[in-house]
Amino acid sequence: MKRYDAIVIGAGHNGLTAAAYLARAGKSVVVLERRPVIGGAAVSEELYPGFTYSSCSYVSSLMRPEIMRGLDLPRYGLQIIPYEGILTILPDGDYLASYSDPDLTRRENLRHSKRDAEAFGRFSLEVLRQCRFIKPMLLMTPPDPTSFKLDDIRGLIWMGRKFADLSERQMYDVMRFWTMSCADFLDEYFESEAVKGQLAGSSIIGTALGPRSPGSAYILLHHYMGEVDGDIGAWGYARGGMGAISRALAGAAQAHDCEIRTEAEVSQIIVKGGKAVGVALADGEEVYGTAIVSNLDPKRTFLKLMPLEHLDDTFIDQVRNFKIRGSSGKLNIALDGWPEFIAKPPIPAPLYSSIQIHRTLDDLERAYDDWKNGMWSRHPYLDIVIPSGLDPTMAPPGKHYMSVFVQYVPPKLKDGPWDDAKRSAFADTVIDTLAEICPNIRDLILHMQVRSPWDLENEVGLTEGNIFQGELTLDQLMFNRPFPGYAQYRGPLRRLYMCGSCTHPGGGVMGAPGANAAREILKDFKRRILR
Amino acid sequence: MSEAITSDFLMKTPFHARTAPLCLSGKWGRWAGYSSVDCFYSVTEEYFAVRTAASLFDMSPMIKYRVTGRDAARFVNRLITRDIGACPPGHGLYVCWCDGDGKLIEDGTVFRLAENDFQINTAEHNFCWFEDTALGLDVTIADVSEEFAALALQGPLSRLVLERLGLTGIEAMPYFGLAWFTLDEAPLLVSRTGFTGDLGYELWIEPGRAEMLWDRLMAAGKDYRLTPIGAAALEMVRIEAGLIEIGFDYIGAEAALRESRKRSPYELGLGWLVDLKKSYFVGKRALAEEKRRGGPRWRLVGLEIEGNKPAIESFIYRGRTEVGHVTSAMWSPTLKKNIAIAVLEAPYATPKADLWAEIWHPRELEIRKINAPCRVVRRPFYDPPRRKA
Ligand SMILES: Cc1cc2nc3c(=O)[nH]c(=O)nc-3n(C[C@H](O)[C@H](O)[C@H](O)COP(=O)(O)OP(=O)(O)OC[C@H]3O[C@@H](n4cnc5c(N)ncnc54)[C@H](O)[C@@H]3O)c2cc1C
Repeated sequence: MKRYDAIVIGAGHNGLTAAAYLARAGKSVVVLERRPVIGGAAVSEELYPGFTYSSCSYVSSLMRPEIMRGLDLPRYGLQIIPYEGILTILPDGDYLASYSDPDLTRRENLRHSKRDAEAFGRFSLEVLRQCRFIKPMLLMTPPDPTSFKLDDIRGLIWMGRKFADLSERQMYDVMRFWTMSCADFLDEYFESEAVKGQLAGSSIIGTALGPRSPGSAYILLHHYMGEVDGDIGAWGYARGGMGAISRALAGAAQAHDCEIRTEAEVSQIIVKGGKAVGVALADGEEVYGTAIVSNLDPKRTFLKLMPLEHLDDTFIDQVRNFKIRGSSGKLNIALDGWPEFIAKPPIPAPLYSSIQIHRTLDDLERAYDDWKNGMWSRHPYLDIVIPSGLDPTMAPPGKHYMSVFVQYVPPKLKDGPWDDAKRSAFADTVIDTLAEICPNIRDLILHMQVRSPWDLENEVGLTEGNIFQGELTLDQLMFNRPFPGYAQYRGPLRRLYMCGSCTHPGGGVMGAPGANAAREILKDFKRRILR
Repeated sequence: MSEAITSDFLMKTPFHARTAPLCLSGKWGRWAGYSSVDCFYSVTEEYFAVRTAASLFDMSPMIKYRVTGRDAARFVNRLITRDIGACPPGHGLYVCWCDGDGKLIEDGTVFRLAENDFQINTAEHNFCWFEDTALGLDVTIADVSEEFAALALQGPLSRLVLERLGLTGIEAMPYFGLAWFTLDEAPLLVSRTGFTGDLGYELWIEPGRAEMLWDRLMAAGKDYRLTPIGAAALEMVRIEAGLIEIGFDYIGAEAALRESRKRSPYELGLGWLVDLKKSYFVGKRALAEEKRRGGPRWRLVGLEIEGNKPAIESFIYRGRTEVGHVTSAMWSPTLKKNIAIAVLEAPYATPKADLWAEIWHPRELEIRKINAPCRVVRRPFYDPPRRKA
């Protein structure tokens, strides 16, 4: 029987990234994916004729350029089309647009606050400093705090000086930033609710924190640390939808003879003599390999696929306590034409950007309260994009694809499980909200896919529908991700590895966890720990 | 200064009334005495329109010659280094022409409109050279630059735009093919040519109907993100396409002050345009001799450079020896690579050579010197199958 050098469980973009790097290094690799499509949460699907939906993730920034270049992804069809910024639409038809040109952005902010117009420059510079500090760590295996005194602030100061040219005072700001709330951070810079509301969006997307929860400032940073062509913080559309990223990764892997099998659900990790040696598929087939690499979140890997008798109790506790709370939903909509918004910016570019409905910090906090109470936000935060505006291949001529990301939506409702009636009531809330800034939206809808966290969990396999495969708070970041002691991509058993977003540097379509995991696995092959 | 002088200082292309209101950035450049848009709103947006959707570029300032007469084909074959026999009427050819020493004067395109009827498109003025070359032949050479307005419609969706415009049969048009259509009773020449390395077309029409063509195209392209672009975005895509540009990658032999700055087609990677089997063309003897001696001293190559700082005007080294310099350089947003066109001494113009580029990069007013390893790669850097498909 064939024994692979590596078996990757799950063809999410991180599993594919790991597979591509391993295959390029000459290893024999098989990727086993449960669904008929590859990509996990980075996927394009035609659910209505002629329309391509980026049915989960919808915009790209975090995907590391080093990986795109290193794996030659453009050769396999990957193109990222950047867009301008954010357009916030206020209820009275006024708006706040942010542009790639700082002077245009200042003029926009000036309409809302004299101070904030300039404070925006200061704020951007500070965020950029924070990003420069993090950037070199993204493609780095987190140091083991037991052998490297990272808990010692002096260690961090040293890193800050070395990598980002930061002063000691600025390094203390880094520590503050990683732990403070987004609201506190924004209050230090801004006075206008429109400006604060626009920026706060990034601090709540995908997380079960509110803007006033400590730790939410980091979430904002997590959404800013990406780049498009060196433009840090910029976002773009993958041409042909987010699945284009996964397809390019698969192409790069297959060019080195990696096998990718769909509809091949893994039901168990086979353990022999304390080592992971293979996997059993749902249909009973067994596949054996030297390294077993899981792309799934830890709750799935360890509580569902791993026979519990092989794990000790402390480890099981760590898994159980891992915070992975679903908080987001999504609507994918096929539109019969271009939607008319109540705001009419003179330059069309903002309409092709991320469009938000104005929310104050208090509104967002109240939206979060609804989630805590086991219901979807009655006045949700919406992040709306129309990728077909910049990429006409996403919809038939003259028609458009709209993606509406919704925060907050609980995986478990207080009045019983998600069903069709609740899904449709949830969609009504979202469409009613949307209609506030886009009055003709209802007349344009040709088809709509409604996704609750429950759907995300059941279709895509993200526990609770948590988009990041685990909350991005300091207790679960860096050398704590997913758990202290297991941050270097190695699992609790020999030959078992983790490569999903649950590992450093975390969630988003980034590829970094997969690339880092592959590097560690190859190291173990070299050291002959794996053979 | 009087108003008359300022308003006539730069000429306006036939599309000016359409492009001027769209030029939000206020960035204009000069091209052969015309004002030409450098960037309408954002170079990035315009660049991505070419590579992912459809773009429109006003190339009216291009210089065009019409060559007719009994000996027109003979004239063209004497002028260019390629064999015009390979180009039947209704087709175009990418060509170059040299002086008697085999030094390159220019590269450009020739359209064979009929057996003895040609249009030659150039960036520089060539009238004297063409007339001199025509000595003793029965041909008429006319500068028809102002008789045509021209637009480049380029990008993966450009064909769909022309289909929507109602140009029947456009889908069957081969790479470098020519076709005539009638648009609103005006004759329209379409060539499947371009300077972007992508799927694309060039459209030629009488200046009086230029605005009509623009309006019809913009309407037909509404659903395909048809975007007007300026020279800055075009410069990016032409480097990715590995195309050379006179005045940037080489100096034409008719314009070079210093003898050592003149280049032969072999030095510029245009050897494939030189057909030494042809009975005669200007510069043939010198080029045959150069080839016999093992080729010229310099070679124009594509480079891939580590890092993301464009190697603008960089020197290229092997060890401590300077072996060449960069002529065009950029960060390629499509390839996610740092690329450059460079001229290297022939022995180092191979992928095996161990080279590095000295890049001077300003970092908050502090100039840093980066020694970036680089390697010779195939041009075009970016060559999607749709370009010729
Ligand atoms: C609605 C939504 C919107 C988002 N928006 C964005 C965005 O705009 N930008 C961004 O950067 N990020 C976004 N994200 C986050 C991002 O998509 C994810 O963090 C990322 O795609 C996770 O990738 P992964 O490879 O780590 O894991 P996953 O994508 O979760 O991949 C895991 C794979 O394993 C498979 N699998 C599960 N169980 C088994 C099994 N037993 N056997 C075999 N295979 C199995 C799954 O089917 C899946 O393919 C979004 C996520 C969601 C859900």
